[in-house]
Amino acid sequence: MKQQESHRSDFFFTPLDGKIEKAFRAIMALAVILPFLILIVLLVDTFVDGYPRLGWNFLTSFPSRFASSAGILSPLVGSIILMGLTALFAVPLGIGAAVYLEEYAPKNAITTFIELNIANLAGVPSIIYGLLGLGLFVRFMQMGRSLLAGAATLSLMALPMIIMAAREAIRTVPNDLREAAYALGADRWVTIRKVVLPLSLPGILTGIILSLARAIGETAPIITIGALTYVAFLPDSVTSSFTALPVQIFNWISRPQTDFHVNAAAGIIVLLVIMLAMNSIAIFLRFKLQRKIQ
Amino acid sequence: MTKKLLLTALIGLGALFAVACGSKPTATITIDGSSTVFPITEAVAEEFQKANKGIRVTVGISGTGGGFKKFCNKETDISDASRPIRKAEQEKCAASGVEYIELPVAYDGLAVMVNPQNDWASSMTVAELKKLWAPEAQGKITKWSQIRAGWPDKDIHLYGAGADSGTYDYFTEAIVGKEHSSRGDFTASEDDNVLVQGISSDKYALGFFGLAYFEENKDKLKLVAIDDEKADNGRGPILPSLETVINGTYQPLSRPLFIYVRKDALEKKPEVRAFVDFYLKHATTLSRQVGYIPLPAAAYTLGEKRVANMVTGTVFSGSKVGVSVEELLRKK
Repeated sequence: MKQQESHRSDFFFTPLDGKIEKAFRAIMALAVILPFLILIVLLVDTFVDGYPRLGWNFLTSFPSRFASSAGILSPLVGSIILMGLTALFAVPLGIGAAVYLEEYAPKNAITTFIELNIANLAGVPSIIYGLLGLGLFVRFMQMGRSLLAGAATLSLMALPMIIMAAREAIRTVPNDLREAAYALGADRWVTIRKVVLPLSLPGILTGIILSLARAIGETAPIITIGALTYVAFLPDSVTSSFTALPVQIFNWISRPQTDFHVNAAAGIIVLLVIMLAMNSIAIFLRFKLQRKIQ
Repeated sequence: MTKKLLLTALIGLGALFAVACGSKPTATITIDGSSTVFPITEAVAEEFQKANKGIRVTVGISGTGGGFKKFCNKETDISDASRPIRKAEQEKCAASGVEYIELPVAYDGLAVMVNPQNDWASSMTVAELKKLWAPEAQGKITKWSQIRAGWPDKDIHLYGAGADSGTYDYFTEAIVGKEHSSRGDFTASEDDNVLVQGISSDKYALGFFGLAYFEENKDKLKLVAIDDEKADNGRGPILPSLETVINGTYQPLSRPLFIYVRKDALEKKPEVRAFVDFYLKHATTLSRQVGYIPLPAAAYTLGEKRVANMVTGTVFSGSKVGVSVEELLRKK
C-alpha cells in the first residue's frame, strides 16, 4: 500500500509541483512561526510586567489590599495541595481503568460504549466539571467548599486524559512479551505487574504529569465549586476552605489599580514556572525510563 | 529506581494527607457575594485577622445574586451586596428561616465616561441618558446627534457592566427607571478594565462603571457630569467626586454598598459579632483606602445600633433611588 502511494506521487510529479511545494513549505513554516511569535510576545510582556514584583516576599506573604505587600502564599500552597490530592485520586483510578480496558475487558458493545464515552469526556469543557463538582461533591456529598471537593472535581477532569494516555502506553507493549511471560508460567496479574506496567510507565507518567499540569492551571471549575478569593491562612485539613493561583490571578487582573495588575503578572510567572517544571519532569522521566527499558 | 521514586511520591502524599487530617476546627467566618464590595471586605478581613489571631475569615466572589443564594442556603455568615436584597431573595431566605441584618458600609459612585478626545459631551441629563439606554433605544438611537442637537452625526459606541452585576442593576434602575432593563446592543463586560480599554481607544464611546476605575485611569478617560434636573440636591450638572457623593448632590448614580449578616450567626458565633463591630468601626478608613467613599459617621453608629438591637429585615429594598442612608436607617 505504502509503496503504491509513493509510486503514484512520483507519477504525478511535475515541475509545477516544485513551486507548490515551496509555497506549501512557506505556509507551514508560517503556521509554526506565527503562534510562536505571539507566545514570545505574551511571555516577554508578562515577564517585563511581573518581574519587579517577584521575590521571596511575594511567595511568602498572604494576599493583601496593598498591592505592594500582597503575596501568593495561600493560593500557592492551595494549588500545590490541590494537585497532590488530585494525583492521589486520579492516578490509581486512571491507571486501573486503563489496565482493565486494555487487558481484561471483553471486546463487546459495553466496552466500546465505555471507551467512546471516555474519549468524549476528554473533550468536555472544564466548567461543566465545575458544575458537576458543585452539585455532586459540594452539595450532595456535603464536602462543602473544601480542598477535598476541589481535588475530586479536578480528578474527574483529569481522569479521561490519564486513562487515554495510559491505554495508549499499554498498547505499545508488544504482545510477544505478554505471551513470553505466560509461557514462563506467569498469570495475568503477574504479567501486568512485571511486564506490561514497567514497560508502559514512561508513557503513563507523561500523560499523568501533563494532565495534572493542565489541572493546576484551570480556573473555571475551581471558581464554580467555590474556591474563595481571599484566604489569609494555610489549609490545615482536606476539609479546609482554600484558594488557588488561577483564582488569585483572576481577581488581581480585575482590580482597578495597576499595581495589582503587576501582581497578577508575577503570579502568572510563578504558575508558568510550576507548569514548565512539571513538563520538564515528564520529559526527563520519559527519557530516563525509556533508556532503561532499552 | 522507578520503584523508589514511586514509593517516595506515595509516602510524600501520605504524609501530606496525615498532616492535613490531624487538626482541630477553628473559628471561621465565611463571606461571599458582590465583587464590588469585595475590596472593602477583604481589607476589613485582613485587619481583623491581624488583630484577632486564630480567627479565620474567608471572602469569596460570586456576585450579589450568587452570594444571596448561598446566604439563604446557610452556606455563608455574611453576604456582600452592591444592591439591596430583592423580593425573590427575601422570600427564599424566609423559606429557609434565614433572618438577616442589613448594614450599608460605603458608597460607590457610578461614573459615566467618554474618551478624552470627546470635546462635546461634558455633561448629560438623566433624561438624555434614559433616552440612550432605554430598551426602546435599541437599533434606533445610534448617533450622538440623536441625543442632543449639535453633537456630531457619528455612531455612538456603548460600553457597560455585564447584566449579572449589581452595577448593571443599579444603573438601569437609576437611569431607565426599571431594574435590569436596558438596550442590549452594547459591549458588556464583567471586567471593568476591559471597558476602560474600550472607551480609552474609541473617540465615540460612552460607558458606565465604578468611580474607582476612573480614579486609576484618569489620563485615559473623561468624566461626564450628570444633571438630574432636580433643584433640591444641587443645581445643574455635577461631576462625581468624594464630596459630591458624600453630600448627596451627585444623584442618582451614587449607591450604597451593603453587607447582610445572618442573625443566628451573630447570636451563636461571637467571632461574627466581633467581625461586624470591627467592620463598622473601621469602614471609614478602610473603604477610602481601597477606593470607595465612606458613609457619614452617623450611618455607622446607626448600623451599630441595628446590630445591638438585632433589627432584622430590609429598609433599602424597594426604596427610592437617592434617599439618604441615614434617613432610611432611622426607620424601624
